[in-house]
Parts: sequence; C-alpha cells; structure tokens
Amino acid sequence: MITVVALIVLLPFAGAVAGLLGSRWPRGGSRTEESNRVANRRAAWSAIVPASASLALTAWLAVWSAGALPRGSVSWSGGEFWSGLFPGATEGTLTLVETGSVPISFTLRADGLSVLLGMLVAVVALAVQVYSVGYMRDDPRYPSYSAFISLFTSAMSLVVFAGDLIVLYAGWEIMGLCSYLLIGHWWEDRANSRAAVKAFLVTRLGDVGFLFGIFTLGVAAGSFRIGDVLRADIPTGTLVTATMLLLAGVAGKSAQAPLHTWLPDAMAGPTPISALIHAATMVAAGIFIVARLYPLFLGAQPTLDVLGVVAAVGMLGAALAALAQNDLKRVLAYSTISQLAYMAAALAAGSDQAAIFHLLTHGAFKALLFLCAGVVIHHVGSNRMSHMGGLRTALPFTFAAMTIGFAALMGLPPAGGFFSKDAVIAAIEHSHGPAQPFLYGSALLTVGVTGAYAARAWLRTFFGPSRVEPLPEPPPGTAHVFDGREAPKSMLWPVGVLAVPALLLGFAGLPDVDWGSAAVSLLVALLGAGGVYAFWRSAPRQDPARMLGPFRVVCERAFYVDELYRSLFARPVLRLARAVARADGQLVDGAVRGSGRLTIRLSGFVRLAQNGNTQLYVTGLLAGLLLITVAAVVLA
Amino acid sequence: MNWLLILLPAVPLLGAAGTVAVSGRTASRYGVAVSAAVLAIAVAVAAVFDYGQAGRMQLQTDLPWIPGLGLRFHLGIDGISLPLVVLTALLTFLCFLHLAGHPPEAGRTRALVFTLLVLEVGMIGTFLALDLLVFFVFFEVVLIPMYFVIAIWGGRDRRAAAVKFILYTLLGSAVLLLGLLVVWAQAGTLDMVDLAASHGSGIARSAQIVAFLAIGIGLAVKTPIWPLHTWLPDAHTEAPTVGSVLLAGVLLKMGSYGFARIAVPVLPEGAEALAPWLGALAVIGIIYGSLACLAQRDLKRMIAYSSVGHMGFVLLGFATLTPVGMNAALFGNIAHGLITGLLFFVVGGIKERYGTADLMKLGGGMLRRLPYVASLLTFACVASLGLPGLAGFWGEMLALLGAFQPAPGLSRPLFLVFMAVGGVGTVLTAAYFLVMLSRVTHGRARETVPVGPALASAEEIRVVLGPDEPIEPVATGTAVAEAGPPRAIPMRDVTAHELAAWLPLVALTIAFGVWPKALLALTTPAVHAIFGIGGGTG
Repeated sequence: MITVVALIVLLPFAGAVAGLLGSRWPRGGSRTEESNRVANRRAAWSAIVPASASLALTAWLAVWSAGALPRGSVSWSGGEFWSGLFPGATEGTLTLVETGSVPISFTLRADGLSVLLGMLVAVVALAVQVYSVGYMRDDPRYPSYSAFISLFTSAMSLVVFAGDLIVLYAGWEIMGLCSYLLIGHWWEDRANSRAAVKAFLVTRLGDVGFLFGIFTLGVAAGSFRIGDVLRADIPTGTLVTATMLLLAGVAGKSAQAPLHTWLPDAMAGPTPISALIHAATMVAAGIFIVARLYPLFLGAQPTLDVLGVVAAVGMLGAALAALAQNDLKRVLAYSTISQLAYMAAALAAGSDQAAIFHLLTHGAFKALLFLCAGVVIHHVGSNRMSHMGGLRTALPFTFAAMTIGFAALMGLPPAGGFFSKDAVIAAIEHSHGPAQPFLYGSALLTVGVTGAYAARAWLRTFFGPSRVEPLPEPPPGTAHVFDGREAPKSMLWPVGVLAVPALLLGFAGLPDVDWGSAAVSLLVALLGAGGVYAFWRSAPRQDPARMLGPFRVVCERAFYVDELYRSLFARPVLRLARAVARADGQLVDGAVRGSGRLTIRLSGFVRLAQNGNTQLYVTGLLAGLLLITVAAVVLA
Repeated sequence: MNWLLILLPAVPLLGAAGTVAVSGRTASRYGVAVSAAVLAIAVAVAAVFDYGQAGRMQLQTDLPWIPGLGLRFHLGIDGISLPLVVLTALLTFLCFLHLAGHPPEAGRTRALVFTLLVLEVGMIGTFLALDLLVFFVFFEVVLIPMYFVIAIWGGRDRRAAAVKFILYTLLGSAVLLLGLLVVWAQAGTLDMVDLAASHGSGIARSAQIVAFLAIGIGLAVKTPIWPLHTWLPDAHTEAPTVGSVLLAGVLLKMGSYGFARIAVPVLPEGAEALAPWLGALAVIGIIYGSLACLAQRDLKRMIAYSSVGHMGFVLLGFATLTPVGMNAALFGNIAHGLITGLLFFVVGGIKERYGTADLMKLGGGMLRRLPYVASLLTFACVASLGLPGLAGFWGEMLALLGAFQPAPGLSRPLFLVFMAVGGVGTVLTAAYFLVMLSRVTHGRARETVPVGPALASAEEIRVVLGPDEPIEPVATGTAVAEAGPPRAIPMRDVTAHELAAWLPLVALTIAFGVWPKALLALTTPAVHAIFGIGGGTG
C-alpha cells in the first residue's frame, strides 16, 4: 500500500517535470500563437492526467483504509477521532540517512488523518487544474503555471503523508516556494513581485522557529520519525519549548497573528491559486501539523493557551478587516485568516476533531468561493466590489454556487459550515483554561461579524444596481474580459463539483450537533447579516461598510500592522544593510588598504638610508665598527 | 604506490606543458580534452574507491622526497577528499567547456588554458596531499595562476584586485606555514595520517592553541572568515567567469578543507579552546555577509558576499566539533561549490550579454528578455537560499542541528545563540536573493543599452524573436545611445556551450538535494574516524 502513497506524491511531481520541460520541447524559443497553443495544450494534459490519477489513488487508499484491517501495518494506539472511520494505516521507510547525530528516515505514512487531508488536497487540486485551463487560456506562461501547481500538489501531499519531520519540513518549504512563484505569476507588475517576496519571507521567518522545534523534538526523542516522536517520553519543559517553536511555523504558514500579513497581499496571484494554496490547502497545513502532533500539544498546556489567545485576537481582527475591504479577493483572504483562527481555537480548546472537521468543510467552501470569485472577476475585469453589482442575472450559475459558499461561510444550515462551526464553538464552550472566556466571547462576536461581511460581499456583488463598466483592455494582473454571459464550461464544472461537498459535507457531523450552542451562533450570524442588510436596503448604491463609522479606515488598513512592521523591521534592516556595506568598504577594507599604505610609508623611511651618498655609507660603517669595538672592550 | 592518484595532478601538469605545442585556435579544445581526461581519472578513482572503508585513507602513495628533513611525497584519498577532488575535476572541465564557446575578451586563449591547467594541479594536489609540507606547496601553487587569471583576463580594476588577492593570501599562507611548523616541531612528524591518528597526543595544550590559531588565521583568509574577507569581493568582481567559478567553487574550499583535514583532527585541544571564537566569527560572517548582500548594487559582488555567508555555515559546522557539524561542513562545501559555481556561470553570462552586472543598469524584466537565463538564475538563487530538496539545504540544516547540541566541552547556551543567529541568517539570505530576483527578473524590461554582443542583422533578430513578431529598426552598439529613446535590444538566450556547462551543476544540485545520503554515507565514516569513534554509531 505504501507504493500507492508514494505514487500519490510522485505523480504530480512527474507531471510538473513533464509540464516544465516538455511543453515547449523541442522548439523552446518559439513564442508564436501556434506554438503557445500547442504548449498550453500539452501542459494542460501533463497537469490534469497526474492530478486525476493521484485523486483516484487517494480514493483507493481511503477505501482501503476504511474497509481493510490494518494487516501488516504498524500497530496504533487507537483513540484518535479518525480511527473509527479510517482504521487502516501503513508506514514505509525508503532509507535511513545517517547524519552523525539524529538520523533522518525517508518515511511515508498514511493513516486516517492523512487520508482525510489527502482527499481534500487531491479534489481541490484537480478542480483548480481543470478550472485554470479556461481561466488562463491565453496566458503564454500557462505551462509554467500549471507545472508549479503540480509541484505544489506534490509538496502538499508530501507534507500530508510524511512519516518523518524533516521530510515534512522539506514538503513544507517547497510549498512556500510554489506559493512564491505563483503569487508572482504576473511579475510584470512590481506589486505582485513584492507580494510574492513578502509571502516567502514572512513564512520563512516562522519556518526558522519551526525547524528549531523539530530539532528540539528530534533530539529529545532520538529520532525525527513522527511515530517515534509521538511515542517518546519527553519532559514537559522540553515539550513546551518545542511546541512553542513549532507554533511559529504554524502561525507563518496558516497566516495567524502576528505573521498573517502576507496572506491578503498574496491575493495578487491568479484567483485559482488563491483557491488552492491560499484558502484550501497550504494555509491549512499549519492546522494539520498541530493535529498531527496533537498528543504533544496536549502535554504542553501553556502552548495551547498561547494558541488560544492568538486565535481569539486573529479571528475577530481579520473578520473586522474583511468587513471594510473593497477588493473581493481581499475580503475572502481576511475571512480565510479568520476561519483558520477558528480551527486554531478548536485545537486550543482540546478538540482536534472539530478543527479538522472545520478544515475540511472550509477547504471545500472557501475553494468554491474563490473559484466563483474568479468567474466574477473574469466577467467584470476587476477585483473591486465597487465595480460589481447586480450580477445575479448575468451569472445565474455562479450566483447559485456562491450563495452556497457564503451560506457555508456564515454558518447557515444546511451548508457544511454550519455543522463544523458549531462543532468548533461547542468545543470552545466546553473547554477549560485561562483563555476560555476570552476565546468564547471572541468566537461568538466573530460569528456575527462573519455574517455581516459575508452578507455585504454577497449583496455588493450580486444585487443592487449594475456598476459593470465594459473595460476594453484590462490592466495587467487581472484576467481578461469575457463578452459571453457565463464563463466557459471548464470553469463552471469545477465550481459545480465543489458546490456539492460545500453543501453536503457537513452532514457527516449531524449526530454530534450541539443544538443549543448552534441556535445561539445562528442567531448571532443572522443578526450580523440582518444589520448589513438593513444598512444596504436604505441605500443600495453605498457601501454598507459605512456602518463602521470612523473605525472603517482602521479596519480597511487591517489595524496598520503592515505599516508597523515596515517601520519596525523592514526599514531598520535595510538601513543596517547599507551601514554594513559602508562599514565594509571603509572600516574593514579600509584597515586592509591602510596597512598597505602604512607599509609603503615605512618603506619610505628605510629608503632614506639608501640615498646613494657614499659619505653616509662610510660614516655608518665606521660608527658600526666603533660600536662593536667598544662593546668588545666593555663586555670582555 | 598508486598510479591513479599520481596521474590526477600529473595529467594537468603534462597538459600544461603540452600547451606549447598547440595553436591558439585549438587551445580551448585542447583544454577540454585534458580536463576531460582528468575528470575521467577522478571518476575512475571514485569507481575503485572502497565505499565500505570510506573512513580510511585509500590508494596511498608514499615516497621519500627530502629524506634529510623527513619529507615524504604522500598522497591518499578518503571520504572527505574524494568528493572535493571529483568536484574540482568537474568544475575545471565545465570551465573549459564554457571557454570553448565563449573565448576570453582579452584574447590569449592559449595562455589562459595553460594557467587554468596549472591551477588544477594545485587544487587537486591540495586535496590529495597527506604531508603537511606537500599540502602547503600545493596550497601555494594555486595562488600564482589565479593571480594571472585575475590580472590578465579580469575586468576594469583587475590589477588592484589581483594584487590585493595575492598579497592578502600570501600573508595568510605565511601564518599558516608558521602554524604547520609548530605542529612539526612539537609532534616530530609531518605525516597527516599519523598526526590525525594520534588525536593531538604529543602536542602540549598551549602549543595546540598557538598552532590552531596560526593555522586557523591562515585558512581563515582563504575560506574566508569575517573580517579577513575583503579580498574576496574585489577578486570576484574583477575575475573573468571561469576565474570566479573556480575561485568560489574550489579555492574557498581549500580553506575549509584545511580545517577538516588538519586543524580539527590534529589539534583537538586547540580546537576545543578556540571553537567558541570560531563559531562567533562564523555567525557574524553569516549575518554580516547577508546584510552586505542586501545593500550591494553589483550582481557579482553580491554573490561574492553571499559566499561569506555560506562559508559561515560551513565554519559553524566545524565549530560545533560534533560529527553532525563536520558532516554539515563537508556537505556545505560541496553544495556551495556546485551552487555558487552555477551562480557565477549564470551571472557571468548575464554580464556578457548586458555588458554590466550593475543592478541599476540591468533594469528588470529578464524573464521576458532572456527567459532561460532568468529561469536558471532563479533556480540557482533558490538553491543557494537553502530550499529543501536542493543541495544547499542539508549543509545549513545540519550545521544548525550541530549547533543545537555541540560537543560536550563547549558551552551549549552560547551555541544555541549561534544557532538562533544562524536561523535569522537564513531568512536574510532568502531576503537578499529574492529582492535581487524581484529587481532583475521581474518587472518590465527597462530599456538598457547593452554594450555586449548585440545582434547586428535582421536575420539574427528574426531568429531570436520568432517569425511573427514585428521587427523594429534596431541600431547596434553605440548608435543606440544617440538614436532617440533606446529600445530593448533582443539578446541571445542561453547558448549550447552554456547549457553544457550549467546543466551538470543543476543536475547534481537536485541529485544531492533529493538524495543527501550519497554524500553523507561517504563523509560520516571519515568524520567518525576524526573524532575517534569506531564503527558506525555516533
């Protein structure tokens, strides 16, 4: 079975290599329309075929894991929430790399948790690949774009199925690289390029802590293998240190405060990328890793408390920021931060089941929302909601799909988000800890704000007067304008397919619904949405965000965190860099050049004696002779 | 007596002598042939090498040289030197391949071939020598040809850079020689195998510290260690492409190899006393080099400073005095040779096309103008910033892991600080590479006036543009400057010779990144032998 797991990881990688090297082969330099079309077609095949195969294999793995007894596989302690659904597990080691210290084992492992996440990754990746064929139809760089998505899929699968922390870290970083490359896909625009660099650097900062956390665990357990680390008996102090360090990487990757600033800017990438990487999968990797190592986090209560506070601050702040944004994608980006904070809150409250449940439903409905937003943006030729409005007649299919997505986001039954968000809030309600009241209050408040911003986006996009102005030539960085009414079929199919899990996935949690807390949060969400509706109704042309009053600008700028970081870190580092460069030229190298000059000057003194004057030489000779004679007489 | 190891330095030496007989036109092809032969021998050595005994010296040759002084011509190879020897042979071969397609602008190809072959003798000899004085001789042999490479075939300020290079490194060598003589005086032998086997017994602690200091300073100039690095940016900026590649790819490794072969195994007590200082200088170098890179305006200078940062990780590995740290240093050595070699090749290609390596003058949009060159530049930068899955990662990661748990005699809190600082260094490394990539490869192509080989005729432009793009009237060379608003002149993307020289480095970077065991299995037994750990357990 481990071969299947390896294939799930390797097939998209092979697709990436084929797409990158084979699309334009053998006439690499040619950029005619004809050769672009051929290259795009080849690239599409080499992207979609491996993604489909990978999805089929993941499905097979899921069936095997759900039905089969864990024959010949490692034994499990059981008790994890997934062990009822997917009891089958397997692990395989390719080789053990001696490092001179703790060895690294190239190990893959598949259990219930990886199967769940693997399914999410495979489904969304395939949907996005199919969608991109239409979305990026005339883009001459489509081959590299689809190849990077394939590479990303491979890296994410590696994270999900890794059996060793260093192997996991490798996938983790390669995902970051793909994110960088894809955010910067339209690199002609400097702003996109800057956003890409920012995304990589902020996540990399967190990853340094993450790597040190891995060191701490690996050295304490004597092995980097996840199974060994979970079994090892690690003292509490070490556990707290290690999990705190891991939390830095989690905050970076999952865009949690204080390392969340890269995600809204990452919306500069093509919309399908936002759906795949910056909503459904990569940003969920941080939550996944906590769930993967959850027994360790349960042993380190201080870490969970910190996580709870971070989540509480992040979820409300991001939701408020989402309420004031004008860019549709940025609304969704802030909502992603807010929803990821819900998952983190569930983890902090002690329920990894609720967190992973919300991760899965969120992956489905947020990917759906982004793909729908892509259709809208494609149609309008702009990201701004002030350019949209009244689109429900022009885009009926997208309207229906996006309504499902927004309903799930707000947590309205029967959409998936209702059940998973209820599970999270119930878990928070029943948890104990110093941060619990704070967390619970913040979570409820956020439910209301979520209802408000989702309703605002929905109304501003699909209702009210039409503000669409036909743009003859869209600016670079936005997809081109369609004259047709709806997007091509290759874009609508993935939307339709994703709408199904967004609507139905939640029923998996039907038996566990806590109806009391569900009713409370439903009421709060409707209150928020109703408030926005009332404001919108009074003046449909104006932005309901004006209800925030003077607070609106603060929210729109996301509480000036970006400006704070710029003046606190970015500028001082650049100043320091210039100072170092100056000092290197003047001080360090100056000393070297100075020693050279000093030598020449010293040699000048010595040269004074060698002036060619015979009298001076003879005088010196006689003086020396005299000295020797006197010395001989005195000492003798 | 083993002929293979004698042949390794002998073939390029005879080849250098043979340049007398070839004409200037065929010289570069002759160079390719000779270096290919050396590479073939190096591969043969790797083939007959007994990988089960990688910790032991193999294929030894031990002949009396100056019996009165007890000097012996002692060569041998083990898991530490084998990768470096193959790397040297490979890089030299690739340099000749590059040279065959891109003859030096200053002409005198035959002389350059001669110089590079002599350089190869010195480089390979350094890695094979097992006698302290033989090591020193080869170490010195390298300097003279490198001086000429910079001074004759270099850029505008080549004279000053070459003089600085030779004076600085000769000064370092003098101190190194003093240190070697202290070892000789104390231990009574110059044989590195005997010295390493005795693990410093027979040399007093104070003498060990003095000797380690002297040898360390000598090697520090070559490696280079902050603050003895300032010859490096000048030399790199002025050196021709092949000179930069060999300088970064091999010459810097001779310094760090000296630590692995002489300083740490022969003088363990000296190493233990001075390791905290070495570690401190290493992490200062990491941060300092990265910050200096962030503010550089010249591409070649920036890569040169990045070497200071990367060699900082190598030295941090040594400073931990642990097997994992040594492994990290040896891995980092090879990875840096491959990646920075590639970087200098690519940047050399860019300078050849644009006529400048100044970031301001380069403008942006290289991905549009030269998609393949820009993609390879991106790859090299990403490899250099230590992305897992590529070779650069393992050296850095293992060095940090070594610092997490340094040798028992060292202060752990201090090394934890070093580790944290090194971690910040990896972020800064990513920062300067990505900022540079963003500046150069992204954005729109600003119209620069290349003084390099612009395309003259409409046919050539047609080849570059493809048949469907309209051809604008294009002026060439100086005419552009006066012909109104200058347009971006089409440039030739990567050539066949460049691909031949670059792709092996790309392939090896990926191969070692995906399969680090290929190198670690070779170095681990040798490292264990240094620390006197028997068997394969650590």
